[in-house]
Amino acid sequence: MIARLVLNGRAREVEVRPNQTLLEMLRDTLGVFDVKEGCDEGVCGVCTVLLDGRPASSCLVLAAALRGRAVTTLRGIERDGGLHPLQEAFVRHGAVQCGFCTPGMLLTVLALLEREPRPDRPAIRAALEGNLCRCTGYAKIVDAVEAYVRAEGGRDG
Amino acid sequence: MHPFDYVAAETLEEALGLLREHGDEAKVLAGGQSLVPMLNYRLARPGVVVDINRLPLGDISVDDGRLRLGALVRHHQLEESDVLARRCPVLGEAAGLIGNVRVRTLGTVGGSLAHADPAAELPAVMTALDARIAVASASGRRTIAAREFFTGPLSTALAPDEIVTGVETPALPAYGWAVEEMSRRAGDFAVAAVVALVSVDRRGRVDDARVAFGGVADRPFHARAAEDALRGREPTTESIARAARAAREALDPPSDAFVSGAYRRLVAGVLCRRALARAVARALGRA
Repeated sequence: MIARLVLNGRAREVEVRPNQTLLEMLRDTLGVFDVKEGCDEGVCGVCTVLLDGRPASSCLVLAAALRGRAVTTLRGIERDGGLHPLQEAFVRHGAVQCGFCTPGMLLTVLALLEREPRPDRPAIRAALEGNLCRCTGYAKIVDAVEAYVRAEGGRDG
Repeated sequence: MHPFDYVAAETLEEALGLLREHGDEAKVLAGGQSLVPMLNYRLARPGVVVDINRLPLGDISVDDGRLRLGALVRHHQLEESDVLARRCPVLGEAAGLIGNVRVRTLGTVGGSLAHADPAAELPAVMTALDARIAVASASGRRTIAAREFFTGPLSTALAPDEIVTGVETPALPAYGWAVEEMSRRAGDFAVAAVVALVSVDRRGRVDDARVAFGGVADRPFHARAAEDALRGREPTTESIARAARAAREALDPPSDAFVSGAYRRLVAGVLCRRALARAVARALGRA
């Protein structure tokens, strides 16, 4: 079967099996390794992608069912080949340890900020409820997002 | 995943024809947030997956106090819809507690009802609202009362060739509402969940109360005892506590590996008291 999607801004048609998930297509067929595989049941958040701008578990989407939707992975948020300022904030605040959860965290935060540009700490924590991190204890991740929100607010206003 | 054939139905008739043809071998794919985990873990091994996402079942409409939700309305739409916030706000509050943000992106109203997890939020909400679930098969359409739709864990009154097409319910815009639940970790299914809807008359007495639990039985539990204990009474701290106690005493929840039935029952009573108190405060604000 053919899966049709717009992957990080580029229209793609990919030959897939009917039982292939978006996650399997990205990693196994296309070599997009910035999407990680975790629990395979939508709980851990490491396979998060943005589907038309909203967070989705790529392990729970059949590739054949994409029908031209826009899929954004971490690659899609880089700016001019460099790090996105949110990534820089993660680095600065020590919000990355093993790094396995980081792509999902970043995409989930960016989707939150699209809808709610000035979230407070509880709102950030609530948005990240579905992204598990087994290293950082979350505090530094939330610190990084808070600092980024403050810095961006300063830049906009 | 086991191999299967995948068909994206273009029309309801095509989807229903496929279900008629394949019977138990077919599984309906809506949001996929329960089905695809079961496929990944090979707990479900259908011969054919019938994708219904192209069908025009995504509308939300309210007229004359009746609310209609298409089966493909996504949970995030329940959270974000302005018309629901005004006319049936309990749906948005319940939807915000479903799974995680990714589940709410794709998960659907019809899927949650058809999947019928006993601890899920929307089955309990529809039980409290006394909604009717619209279903269709190749031989016709019917509606089933939510209070009769759920028949056990992951089991419903749906025939193998039927699909849920939508829900119709009184919107109850004048009712105060609250949804309370406790889970062991954020995003887990609830140890116990409760939905409360309360209306008060001009004298400040409870005109009507609707209470339903999730997680405390093999299906949503309609707590008639709590409703009867409140109707016609002044909604004081004492009468609310009495109603919550009546609700708790009617429960005989199961134990599992993490939580004993006795503890679940205790939690359900506490949550019920909190939900009724919040619903009453909102009802007084709206009266």
